[in-house]
Amino acid sequence: MIFLDKNRLRFSFDEVHRNADCEIEFQRTLRIPDDGNHYPLPPGLGRFPLRHLDDYSERLPVSWHPRGGVIAPMYQAEALWINFRSPGSYPFAIKVGTGKCCAITGDAWCNQLNSDPQDYVVIPDQPWLDGYCVEKGVIRQFVAMPLGEGYTVEEQLAGEAEHGGIQLTVYPMKEERFEELFSKRRDFEVHAHVESAAELVLEDASMGLAPGGQMKQEIYEDSYGLDAWDQRQRHRCFISLVNSAQWRAITSERPPTQAPTARDYTRAGLPWFDYYGGDQVALEATEKLAGVSSVSKLGSTKGNQPLPEHDSLTIDPTVVKLGRPRRKQTGARGDRFSDEIQRTSR
Amino acid sequence: MTHFGQSVRELRERLRSEDPRFSVRQVAQRVGVQPAYLSKVERGDVMPPSEATTIRLAKELGVDEDVLLALAGKVSSDLQEIIRKRPRLFADLIRQLKEAPDEAVLRVVREVREGDW
Repeated sequence: MIFLDKNRLRFSFDEVHRNADCEIEFQRTLRIPDDGNHYPLPPGLGRFPLRHLDDYSERLPVSWHPRGGVIAPMYQAEALWINFRSPGSYPFAIKVGTGKCCAITGDAWCNQLNSDPQDYVVIPDQPWLDGYCVEKGVIRQFVAMPLGEGYTVEEQLAGEAEHGGIQLTVYPMKEERFEELFSKRRDFEVHAHVESAAELVLEDASMGLAPGGQMKQEIYEDSYGLDAWDQRQRHRCFISLVNSAQWRAITSERPPTQAPTARDYTRAGLPWFDYYGGDQVALEATEKLAGVSSVSKLGSTKGNQPLPEHDSLTIDPTVVKLGRPRRKQTGARGDRFSDEIQRTSR
Repeated sequence: MTHFGQSVRELRERLRSEDPRFSVRQVAQRVGVQPAYLSKVERGDVMPPSEATTIRLAKELGVDEDVLLALAGKVSSDLQEIIRKRPRLFADLIRQLKEAPDEAVLRVVREVREGDW
């Protein structure tokens, strides 16, 4: 089952294993400049709020109702990254789509895992995902843009402005494989209304994700192999994105404040991050995603400037190195959590 | 030593066995308290810290905030707010579920609808 816990999606597979719990959250962040340079990892500035779509369906387009899932607010041109956690160190394969295009390969969304090319990430090996894999070791940041203007990956690759949002499917490792690989692992457990809807119905609330600036981030190869994953046990969630003004109209809640600009953040001497994934192998990018145009580049061909403040930055010397030794057989969760806290608490 | 202090020490020591950054001094620094104070908390010489500090400690140690708050004898402010809004309903719900096994409680938790897409 999937449930919401403090603006986190929790994918629970109790039927597979009692430790098979996966948490996914969407972190607000700085938008890095889209200038051809490769930037380090920006910080996490807190989770985006998430609400059940069903609670606000009267105010949302009818075409959204079948999706279920949750809604989240984003400002136009705001960036996000996806934070993955497995509190019990149980491995999962996770597919991530935007506008029903795979963020790892650019292929149209499908409900099974594929290994050639690999169209999923493996956690806990992959602690986060900041954007589209456009070259080995480089991603283009997820940036929110309205559907219909041609910037989103969905519009660039599928030629449609139909779905928007973010799609996730989570598959747990097969229980027998988990027991075989991790049976000596230590267990760290501690024992121990919405007001009546106004007549307002949003006809055109869709936001999608588009490729922003480039960042150094590796997407790791699955070292377990496709056969390790229990594809009969998947859970899926559609995250519909609305802009922040619409969020207020839909939920009567104030959206988060706008993130600071990358320039202001850097000028304040606050840290950026780098991640070292031990001996893990990085995936190559597919031609599809390598060929997508960034928002800035597309904007200039249209004679627009869709991203405010995207001048180049020099980031030095405040890059905090995060990383850990290969931990596959040991389940050393401390490193991961402390790394995660360092990136999410700033 | 209180259950809270004991649990914090056990968790921290377990993490420290693999990572020296989980010493009392460094954890205290990251959580924003004095090392001597954290030592006293772990020994049970003082009451558990405030809600905000307990939440930071939970994040640092990689445990659920609500679990650590419960060990500290506290209920988080957001849960208190939820109960205050509909006290009879939630008090009744909690009392009815107090002896229920985890699987039964999980059935009450609201699922995110997976939808058709």
